[in-house]
Amino acid sequence: MLSSKASCNSHGEDSSYFLGWQLYDNNPFHGVVNPTGIIQMGLAENQLSFDLVESWLRKNLDAMGLKKDGESVFREALFQDYHGLPAFKKELVEYMAKIRGNKVTFDPNNLVLAAGATSANETLIFCLVDPGQAILLPTPYYPGFNRDLKWRTGVEIVPVHCWSSNGFRITMSALEDAYQSAQTLNLKVKGVLITNPSNRLGTTMTREERSHLITFAIAKNIHIISDEVFAGTVFDSPGFISIMEAAMDRSLENENPGLWNRIHIVYSLSKDLGLPGFRVGMIYSNNETVVSAATRMSSFGLVSSQTQYLLSNMLANKKFTSKYMKENQKRLKRKKEMLVSGLRTSGMECLKSNAGLFCWVDMRHLLSSNTFEAETKLWKTILCEVGLNMTAGESCHCSEPGWLRVCFANKSQATVQIAMRRLRDFAER
Amino acid sequence: MGLLSRKATCNSHGQDSSYFLGWLEYEKNPYHHLHNPNGIIQMGLAENQLSFDLLETWLAKNPEAVGCKRDGQSIFRELALFQDYHGLPAFKKALVDFMAEIRGNKVSFEPNNIVLTAGATSANETLMFCLAEHGDAFLLPTPYYPGFDRDLKWRTGVQIVPIHCTSSNCFRITASAIEEAYQQAQKKNLTVKGILITNPSNPLGTTMTRPELNLLINFITDKQIHLISDEIYSGTVFNSPSFISIMEALKDMNMEKNNRVHIVYSLSKDLGLPGFRVGAIYSNDPTVVSAAVKMSSFGLVSSQTQYLLSVMLSDKKFRNHYIVKNQNRLLKRQRKLVSGLEKSGNRCLESNAGLFCWVDMRHLLSSDTFEAEMELWERIIYDVKLNISPGSSCHCNEPGWFRVCFANMSEDALELAMQRLKSFVGSIKKHNHQESEKLRKESHIGKWIFRLSFQSFNEQDQR
Repeated sequence: MLSSKASCNSHGEDSSYFLGWQLYDNNPFHGVVNPTGIIQMGLAENQLSFDLVESWLRKNLDAMGLKKDGESVFREALFQDYHGLPAFKKELVEYMAKIRGNKVTFDPNNLVLAAGATSANETLIFCLVDPGQAILLPTPYYPGFNRDLKWRTGVEIVPVHCWSSNGFRITMSALEDAYQSAQTLNLKVKGVLITNPSNRLGTTMTREERSHLITFAIAKNIHIISDEVFAGTVFDSPGFISIMEAAMDRSLENENPGLWNRIHIVYSLSKDLGLPGFRVGMIYSNNETVVSAATRMSSFGLVSSQTQYLLSNMLANKKFTSKYMKENQKRLKRKKEMLVSGLRTSGMECLKSNAGLFCWVDMRHLLSSNTFEAETKLWKTILCEVGLNMTAGESCHCSEPGWLRVCFANKSQATVQIAMRRLRDFAER
Repeated sequence: MGLLSRKATCNSHGQDSSYFLGWLEYEKNPYHHLHNPNGIIQMGLAENQLSFDLLETWLAKNPEAVGCKRDGQSIFRELALFQDYHGLPAFKKALVDFMAEIRGNKVSFEPNNIVLTAGATSANETLMFCLAEHGDAFLLPTPYYPGFDRDLKWRTGVQIVPIHCTSSNCFRITASAIEEAYQQAQKKNLTVKGILITNPSNPLGTTMTRPELNLLINFITDKQIHLISDEIYSGTVFNSPSFISIMEALKDMNMEKNNRVHIVYSLSKDLGLPGFRVGAIYSNDPTVVSAAVKMSSFGLVSSQTQYLLSVMLSDKKFRNHYIVKNQNRLLKRQRKLVSGLEKSGNRCLESNAGLFCWVDMRHLLSSDTFEAEMELWERIIYDVKLNISPGSSCHCNEPGWFRVCFANMSEDALELAMQRLKSFVGSIKKHNHQESEKLRKESHIGKWIFRLSFQSFNEQDQR
């Protein structure tokens, strides 16, 4: 009666990633009301810097109220042009450049707005890949990609396996292996999608990795999609090098215009500014045809003009954005260090990270055996007995069992301390 | 191997059609009463701009709604983090109450059966993804909204097979027309998954009759297929006969819980808020709701907007006041357009809803062909400087019909448009008269000369 899409599991929502959420929803921790509840450490949200945003809002009531200089601009409610509010796109590209240390500049005409990075990623896949073709993804990766990239597009994901032996860095041989796997499965590879900074690992890509990717993409004549939603969460050295900067360093615009036209960035305000509810995502591409097709497709997921208006005003305030970026990064670093040392006290080491809202934690020594079954058992124990919802590596397609992702930016200091105490007690047992 | 996907490089977005090309021409030379009084007047945009003042007044009295506050407390954090695809409960409740009120409270809706989406554009596409496979078909009565070619077909791979409606019976849907469409689909080896109707109709501006609705319900029950009722204009019914929603028709047939009938709604037309991207799918089928909810991840409604509208639509007094006042204004404006058109000898299909009229300009065609319709349309764009939508772009079966919008401009602009049209029709009639005199005298065939600056409608997928 319904389509196969409606009745299948490709939305991936039966994975443990979502199961943990469900259990948490039934018994959520609250410092006062439910102190023994489950602490949510599986949600990569940035709640550390709301006060800065709220303080700006209090001083800028007009922007909230769809007013300008006291006059109503409510007619903006009519604005549904899929090219997006020009003022908003101008501020977005400037903000994006600022996050990248102004080492690159972006043209607002190459920016396409979408209802969140979820929509942006799916739209980009619809534009670049036909059903039955494939995209390479380094593991471990965000579980949501199974839904976003594959579900309605009919596209396949082929993993590029990364290992702890070299800090999960992407190697040339891993890329080649993935490409061969795709060939064996008769899948035409159209591109490689990287998340930089990495969602799972919390690391930024090295120069070597960037170089491998570019060389590989040139050789295979494929696209590079760089999901840079965590770009504004880089709180430590080494700094962040966007794919656009890498492309410029290699003078691709002149040396290899083919690849220059096959590089696309996905961005969003959900992680950096902590505004996932406002659904602000975007695609950036130097390729005119992609921009044109993606713009038309964005009809299926435009950003509310009310939200575009508010945020164009917020981002226009350069003093605010500078202060926000600096303070946000400071707080992220502090929270992360708190988590890392807390975990260390329980005998758990984290992958050395400099970005993101989470740590990638090595719990291999706690496994009863070097298997994913043992990992799932450990994850469930931590969820149900210790009362902490973390994300198991298997749900992120990690190639080795025993790694878990633990978020730190969505809770207070006190809550993190409680979580660490519980973990310590568990480890001691 | 193509660099990009087929979807990115094909024409299925349908944006080479005259519907969209008219917009482009308008944008090059838009009318402004001060800055560009000779510009093109936009009459191809079905937007409701008549009742903003009511919304603005409400906003001025309710700063908390727009300021992300509740009882004096800021709830900004809560909203900024809220990305649950189940939607803000308060908003869904307010929305279903509003929908029920528009239907005279003759039916009620469950908030749990509603799925929020980024506009009806997203809702319609999502339903296609949920109900049909790539290559399946949906039957659509003609004429229909040109955007459906993109929304229903482009990324889904679903086909549209038209149910032809004609002026001989005021474009009503007949049993034979539906049967014929179904047979056509069979001949093309297409599996028909359902029928999609727009009620009130875009572009006709009419509400469906009970016999039509019953006919459709019986047909889909017999064939075991779906019925999608796009009711985005339900709040724009300004005259009798009153609106009979599909839910009411089902209720009267004791089929209220039918799980093959789904409704699409939006606040873009009734409340005039297309920029806010608020659409919805309503279904009694929990599997459809469940799948659609997950798919709505690709087009969620901004929580900032959900909150504002939850407060607005929960205000019963405002709701009632708005619905009534809005309908009155629409009625007045429609009457103005109808009489203005009559003065230039153009009749409209009798309508009681929508933001437009369906105008009979067959008498102005040089021949009973779509080429002549295009020629006329071009003259109206370039010479009369009015952007109206030709029937062929709406897949109308007969040449000579045009959709003319009335709710997206000032009263003065509308008057000016009518004056321009009157002069134009006058000049055609004069020219026609002179031409037929010439023909009579010289037995010589005159030729119209037109500027052609875009793809001919013949290059469309189908009429």
